[in-house]
Amino acid sequence: MDALDVARWQFGVTTVYHFLFVPMTIGMSLLVAIMQTIWYRTRDEKWLRLTKFFGKLFLINFAMGIVTGIVQEFQFGMNWSDYSRFVGDVFGSLLAIEALVAFFLESTFLGLWIFGWERLPKPIHLATIWAASIGTILSMYFILAANSWMQNPVGFHINPDTGRAELNSIGALLTNKVTLATFPHTFFGALMVAGGMVVAVALWHLYRGRDDQKPAFRTAVTFGGWVTILATAGTLISGDFQGKIMTEVQPMKMAAAEGLYETTSSAPFSLLTIGSLDGSREVFAITVPDLLSWLGKGDIHAEIEGIDNLQEQYTAQYGAGVNYAPIIPVTYWSFRMMIFFGLAAGALALLTLWMTRKGRTPASRLLLMAALTLPILPLIANSFGWIFTEMGRQPWLVFGEMLTRDGVSRSVSMAEVITSFTTFTLLYAALAVVEVKLLLKYAKGGLPEIHPEPDSDEKDDENRPLAFAY
Amino acid sequence: MDLATFWFILIGVLFVGYFVLEGFDFGVGMLLPVLGRDDRERRVVINTIGPVWDGNEVWLITAGGAMFAAFPEWYATLFSGFYLPLLLILVALIVRAVGFDYRGKRADAAWKRNWDIAIIFGSYTPALLWGVAFANIVRGVPIDANFDYTGGFFNLLNPYALLGGITMVALCLTHGAVFLALKTEGDIRVRANRIGGRAGLIAAVLAVTFLAWTVSAHGGNAASVAISAVAALALAGALLANRAGREGWAFVGTAITIGLAVVTLFTVLFPNVMPSSTDPANTLTIANASSSAYTLKIMTWVALVFTPIVLLYQGWTYWVFRKRIGVHHIPDDGAVSSPAGSAVGGA
Repeated sequence: MDALDVARWQFGVTTVYHFLFVPMTIGMSLLVAIMQTIWYRTRDEKWLRLTKFFGKLFLINFAMGIVTGIVQEFQFGMNWSDYSRFVGDVFGSLLAIEALVAFFLESTFLGLWIFGWERLPKPIHLATIWAASIGTILSMYFILAANSWMQNPVGFHINPDTGRAELNSIGALLTNKVTLATFPHTFFGALMVAGGMVVAVALWHLYRGRDDQKPAFRTAVTFGGWVTILATAGTLISGDFQGKIMTEVQPMKMAAAEGLYETTSSAPFSLLTIGSLDGSREVFAITVPDLLSWLGKGDIHAEIEGIDNLQEQYTAQYGAGVNYAPIIPVTYWSFRMMIFFGLAAGALALLTLWMTRKGRTPASRLLLMAALTLPILPLIANSFGWIFTEMGRQPWLVFGEMLTRDGVSRSVSMAEVITSFTTFTLLYAALAVVEVKLLLKYAKGGLPEIHPEPDSDEKDDENRPLAFAY
Repeated sequence: MDLATFWFILIGVLFVGYFVLEGFDFGVGMLLPVLGRDDRERRVVINTIGPVWDGNEVWLITAGGAMFAAFPEWYATLFSGFYLPLLLILVALIVRAVGFDYRGKRADAAWKRNWDIAIIFGSYTPALLWGVAFANIVRGVPIDANFDYTGGFFNLLNPYALLGGITMVALCLTHGAVFLALKTEGDIRVRANRIGGRAGLIAAVLAVTFLAWTVSAHGGNAASVAISAVAALALAGALLANRAGREGWAFVGTAITIGLAVVTLFTVLFPNVMPSSTDPANTLTIANASSSAYTLKIMTWVALVFTPIVLLYQGWTYWVFRKRIGVHHIPDDGAVSSPAGSAVGGA
């Protein structure tokens, strides 16, 4: 273990942790905006109560998303300063644009939404949550563009004098095909988490909650269920599209995802393989013929490049002495876990919708227990997706341009990195406990009461308690 | 003026925005135990910044992003060099933000007390450490020929930088007290006004000493002398306005003071961005730390279009929440603690 390893662990831990909150923020802000819109259009009080109820869960989560995001931005300079020097022109500009265009929007309008319930006219208050939600989605776009550039660098050249990557086409950077494929995939993945959250919480209340609240929660189960199912479909379709682009620009990642060593035509997809620990030998496998060729290139007979062949090719291209393959068991299993947990969430949402159709309340306790995992399954799928995509890029930090080991901060000592790694891990663990407890408390609490609206004369009553809950 | 210089100025503007806006957020957090004598008062104190602190914090994220994009070498050297102080700042910002959001979400006293501690720690620490960090940047730190910081942690703790840190704390405290006097009514307003006056005197002594030291020892010119003098005058004006009960003008005064103090540092720094105390040849300058012309051009367009929009909607936020608040605006604790009753809040 050296400072590089610790810095990598820190990045992995802080990023995966950050991304537990991000999908909820992206998905929930949109779902809450939709709920509030339905209330605005129908004036059905049920939707107002759902808006406020899920809005509160969203905000408990949002706070954590924000603060862990600040760590991400600082971390590049702190732990990866040579990477920062190399890519500032390209990668840094995306972060700066994200802050200016998206993050301000999201944070400012969320403050307005939280405190503006009775301060702002209804249509303007509705617009604030939409502005915040659009902010989160824009934010996701710019961050994914930054990440996609590391997977498939485009729109730049290397300045021979400084050795730094310099941007030469912002258009190419923003329309990187990896970005265009990753954006819908991540967006639908986020909606699966938020939809799953709505279903799980609402279903719990159908079983255990107060009778007078059940009609509203029944509506929420249906709403969240459809969101989850449609999002699952969207994730699958966009994932397939993404797989084909990945096979094209990062063939090693696809080969590693499959543990495919030899270049193969009509390649089978491995459902499950028990291999030796280093992943070099297959002990037992269940496979679907031709599926990998179809997933990778849309043609069941297509040739999929293998790890060994790619290693030879990269050695010739980038130099000898480097293992250009990622850790095969990690990529192989994270890829499968992503797919498995994602499909399980979609299937469970479908089952829930079926069993609650036409106003039924299934007696099955098993369904209840299963459905309570609905926000967790897509979260796990999301995490494994990121672990796969980031670990699959190794040993590259910027594919074909910079090795991970070359990007680390030279001036930061082992003791410093260990200090920060330990600090973040402990702090994040403690905050996770607090956050989950709060979420459960408020999820169980049920719908808020809605007080009758004050007459217009009273609107300026300075002595009326403000409507907020800090 | 070339684009790199324009971005040096813009980053200065972003840090001015950050310290002017988060400055009073920090001050409000520091004053939480002093001005909030019971839970209801503490909620008044926190709610004065409730709708805005999150948007204010984004000024830092944007300044950091702009540094990364426009001056990658500066961003890399600074963030890897000031490693432990930045770690502490991050921890402070994390617990402060979570504290604002979570303290009211349970009724029990120990829970609230712990988050109050988090908010207080999270308000003092960044103010102090940003002051230390910026003073060190102006003073110059050991940087080698690879632009790597070689100084370690204790190199950052010199008298000048520590004075910078304490000055920043005193200025934020004053700024926060004046803001609270402006935004509250009743007893809290009276006490905030009194504390603002006292803290302001201390801040004035510290700020004058620090700015005089800065311009005399670290490359001040006529402009930086003039700017720091105006900063000092603005603080004097703020104290007079505060005494006269004109809180709006007092707040304008402390905002100008903090803003111009930051401008002074940037003026003294120009045309360097991070001087090397090891060898002047290793100094990071606007010219050798900046990114390429194309990136700067793109970023300039984005900044020219979006900065006014951001200023408009953030300004609007302050307008929406312009009314003073007092203890009678705070709903009963039960309404906050029990989710079923938190009703009106929605948040």
